[in-house]
Amino acid sequence: MESIFVGRGIETMTAIDQSILTLILLVPLAGAILVALLPDRAKMPNWIALLTSLVTFLLTLHLPAHFIADQPGFQFEINRPWIPNPAIAYHVGVDGLSLWLVVLTGLLAPVGVLASWNAIQSRRKVFYSLFLVQQTTMFGVFIALDLMLYYGFWELSLVPMAILIAMYGRKDGPKAALKFFLFTFIPSAPLLVAILWLYAQTRTFDFATLRFLLAHESHPARAMFWVALAFLAAFAVKVPVFPLHGWIADTFGEAPVAMGMVVAGKLGLYSMLRFHVGLFPAQTRQIAPLMIALAVIGVLYGACLALVQRDFFKLLAFAAVSHFSLVTLAIYGLTLTGWNGAVYQILSVGIVEGAMFVLLGALDLRFGTTQIALYGGLAARLPRTATYFVIAALTMIGLPLLSGFVGEFVILSSTFTGVSRGWAIAAALGVILSAAYMLWLVQRLFYGPESTLALSRPPVDLRFGELVALTPLVLLMLVMGVAPSLWFRTIQTGVHPPPRSLEGGANQVNPSTIPNSIRVEGQR
Amino acid sequence: MNAPSNTQLGLWLIPLLPFAGFLINGILGSRLPRWIVTMVALLTPLCSFAIVLSAARTFFGIAPALPAQSYTETFGQPWISIGNLHIDFSLTLDQLSLVMLLIITGVGFLIHIYSVGYMHADKGYARYFSYLNLFLFFMTTLVLAGNVLLMFVGWEGVGLASYLLIGFWFQKNSAADAGKKAFIANRVGDFGFLIGIFLLLANFGTLTFSEIAAKLTQNPDWAGGVLTVICLCLLFGAAGKSAQLPLYVWLPDAMEGPTPVSALIHAATMVTAGVYMIVRTHFLFDRSPFALGVVAIVGAATALFAATLGLVQNDIKRVLAYSTISQLGYMFLGCGVAAYSAAIFHLMTHAFFKALLFLAAGSVIHAMGDEQDMRKMGGLWNKIPVTFWTMTAAVIAICGIWPFAGFFSKDAILYAAFLQGTGGKVLWFVGLVTALLTALYMFRLWYMTFLGKPRTHDAHPHESPWSMLGPLVILALLSICGGWIGIERFGSFLAPVVGTYSMESPIPHLEIILSIAAVAVALLGWLIADRFYRQRPEKPAQLAAAFAGPYKLLTHKYYVDELYNAVFVKGLLSISRYVLGWIVEGAILGGAAWLLGGIATFSGAILQRWQSGNLRSYAAWLAAGAAVILFFAVMPWLLGAHGIDLRWTGH
Repeated sequence: MESIFVGRGIETMTAIDQSILTLILLVPLAGAILVALLPDRAKMPNWIALLTSLVTFLLTLHLPAHFIADQPGFQFEINRPWIPNPAIAYHVGVDGLSLWLVVLTGLLAPVGVLASWNAIQSRRKVFYSLFLVQQTTMFGVFIALDLMLYYGFWELSLVPMAILIAMYGRKDGPKAALKFFLFTFIPSAPLLVAILWLYAQTRTFDFATLRFLLAHESHPARAMFWVALAFLAAFAVKVPVFPLHGWIADTFGEAPVAMGMVVAGKLGLYSMLRFHVGLFPAQTRQIAPLMIALAVIGVLYGACLALVQRDFFKLLAFAAVSHFSLVTLAIYGLTLTGWNGAVYQILSVGIVEGAMFVLLGALDLRFGTTQIALYGGLAARLPRTATYFVIAALTMIGLPLLSGFVGEFVILSSTFTGVSRGWAIAAALGVILSAAYMLWLVQRLFYGPESTLALSRPPVDLRFGELVALTPLVLLMLVMGVAPSLWFRTIQTGVHPPPRSLEGGANQVNPSTIPNSIRVEGQR
Repeated sequence: MNAPSNTQLGLWLIPLLPFAGFLINGILGSRLPRWIVTMVALLTPLCSFAIVLSAARTFFGIAPALPAQSYTETFGQPWISIGNLHIDFSLTLDQLSLVMLLIITGVGFLIHIYSVGYMHADKGYARYFSYLNLFLFFMTTLVLAGNVLLMFVGWEGVGLASYLLIGFWFQKNSAADAGKKAFIANRVGDFGFLIGIFLLLANFGTLTFSEIAAKLTQNPDWAGGVLTVICLCLLFGAAGKSAQLPLYVWLPDAMEGPTPVSALIHAATMVTAGVYMIVRTHFLFDRSPFALGVVAIVGAATALFAATLGLVQNDIKRVLAYSTISQLGYMFLGCGVAAYSAAIFHLMTHAFFKALLFLAAGSVIHAMGDEQDMRKMGGLWNKIPVTFWTMTAAVIAICGIWPFAGFFSKDAILYAAFLQGTGGKVLWFVGLVTALLTALYMFRLWYMTFLGKPRTHDAHPHESPWSMLGPLVILALLSICGGWIGIERFGSFLAPVVGTYSMESPIPHLEIILSIAAVAVALLGWLIADRFYRQRPEKPAQLAAAFAGPYKLLTHKYYVDELYNAVFVKGLLSISRYVLGWIVEGAILGGAAWLLGGIATFSGAILQRWQSGNLRSYAAWLAAGAAVILFFAVMPWLLGAHGIDLRWTGH
């Protein structure tokens, strides 16, 4: 690959490398402004949003293409002082942990636009401009390396979500939006306080410096406990972790599909790994047993409730609780293999959830209801929808050679061998339950004789735009199931065991490149 | 262990060719002309079969002096490789997988041909063949897998193919239900398998069969303990896939699928995967006499249990389904007494005669115009003679009457059981009783279907086309001659993989005595069937009336489905709905959230304006939200600019 660019000069490439993350942040924002300024005519907002998100996605693809896999630490880093005192910097960068999450966010953006294409008919300017703002904030969350900057993006990401849920809800949007906002906004306040307290202690918002300082200085244990807890609570609600999942069922039930597919999971799970486990290894170890228990309960609880939902978006919500809890289990199992599996599973679930939202949204658009009982026998009328749905369902179930299996197997096996056999066995029961609720859903929607509702509408199978959105997702499920090494190669460079001792590379110039090879898996 | 590594036999083509067939017919099938669909569907398994044959020739031609060799090909990059977890796409060919491959691709190809005739009028023709090819992909992967996880890939994959094919006529609720039931029952078993895999990983640090075996060889004293637990987990998985007690419930319902599917997947190949798995991991079971005992008991109990149920079924396919469960029980019994080659021998002959039974039953159903109830059949023997004579061969074979194939293999298992002490003699006796029942229900089927007078005059039976009869004839020849190779030669062929077991008997001529006993019992079963279903057809009804209680128990299949439904399905659903859904989610967590929301709404009545629904108020909210963010973003700077220090704690 290198030789292609030698002739043109390395400088051009480095220039792009040095500004790519800024571009990724600014392009959706520019698109949002453009949508807001131009008139809402002839699907103009749709096209601008689609083009913007496609360009952004292509920009995000630059990252894995030029990511140097055997170089630990952050790459494509930009670190410019922004506000001198307190020292807030525009510090962004990606490592193996965030790399693919940025790409996933980029991929799901055009998918979301295509899924909204016909679903959003009114106030398109508001919808698409907020949607694009939302993209910027999510990218920001994944790449920000300054805690204040991160907090700004984190907080800002809640606003467009809440507004879009309120405006475009199916039945009672404002109520669901209020619930979502309260659940996610309230724990953010302690997070801000905690970040400010850390600043007061260390005089820095910089993630790498802070991680280094927290590992090497001693701070009051009681205060650190509460600070870590404030971080954890904010993230746990956003995942959501049992029993903090109260918002997710209503949000999934009401949110427009483009929002629903990004609202849960990856932001919170990433933040846990980066900022809770990453900054507070000692406090993490303290609270890990509780988190493991909650995670396993969440796996089973979510699956059981998914079994008895009558609304398919709510079913999806509880399935999400179950799947994200499994990732939480891997994160707090504190094994390297588990963390690799966790990152992989975030990607896999993100893709599957995206596909599921597109498919169920397509059904909702055609038949005007989310009540499972009204459906039936659709496979004969909408064969393509049925095929895509079954593949996505099988991925969710964790069928081998599809992406879901790799993550689940790595997580469960590392939990079994490295953490706790009992919890691993309990969590593995979710394997049976996920098959039960997903296959039952498939049957009730697509098999059996055609329902009155199914016969009452003209059979319109997936349209071109929907196929364009879904096909890459389905192909990814296959490729990620067969060749996970393509992803693990880079993910591996991003997950380190947390530094534990004072000697851990104290003489290194850049704290972010500290070789964190202290904790070896299996030494529990 | 390994053959010269420069010989590339192209093992990966064996699964990938059917996979290509699946892709072509699955994606393009509905738009392709039918003859192309047929050619793709037939040629891919045929090519695989040819490769298996040529691989066998090359493999055993290189160094026949080295009987212990196996040949491994690793395909492409490692599949999963993180930390100490390292799993390859490695395929292993040895005597055991060779026998399995010959059965799978050979019998599989015959059933593909048969399907061309059987499914010719179905509008899902291309979909059917794509699923069938998908099944072959996963099944060949399962038997070629060089490590446990790759085997698990095939294992779950054949479950998927089975799910899709049982529910092939998905517009029938019963078919969709049966498919789902099969998948979930298999998943329950797979849960055990998965735990077994974790235990293997934890104790051996590898999932490669040869490395596990090597580690066991290095530790000759290691027995029982965790190995027993591993074996029981694997057995649980095997019981799911091979429809053994207590997980057999899905197989009778699986008869909802097209009949060739029942022949291929639910008789000849997929359901034997559990037997194959135990034999493949026999080095583990050999170290745990307890686990082996459990395998034997599960097998014998299932054999007898299913045979009793076969006695009272009136659906021709369901009789065969219970007989499959029962015969799989024999194979488990063979495994349990460590007579692995006998189990695989029976697996092979069973593949021949049971595939034949199903295909012939399909031909009967075809002739009767989709009628499966044997009470409406009768007198078919001269109307569909080829079907009749081939089916007769299969019936005699399954009853174990000399010199048909089933005699040799079943005899080998029963003889091996008899040699295993007192417990073994009990198991042998159970097997003998099962043989009696087998002959009884099989000849019952035979009489009700083919002999006597036609019981309905609506149907106009007609013989099936030769695309269906051809496979019947070939399978009939195999059902007759398939056992003539004999257990000694078959066993010594498999010995490099599965080892040998003692066939020395303390009593002279014991084997012949036992053989005569088994054949006599089978003939007795035939005589009873002859008396009940030919000479005195009123007798069965009288018996049923005389033993009303046991008869009801049998026709209701011991109420196991009802029990499972009440305990597991209903139990899980009610706990989920009422305890978790209403109490935990609704009352406790919902109440807490309601309180939180109430406080917030009260303190911020302005939030109510959200519900006003007009654009201006949303815009105002957007602005307010942005202002909040801006405030948070610049607050530290503002504070700093005014000289307010954030150093609160005084450090």
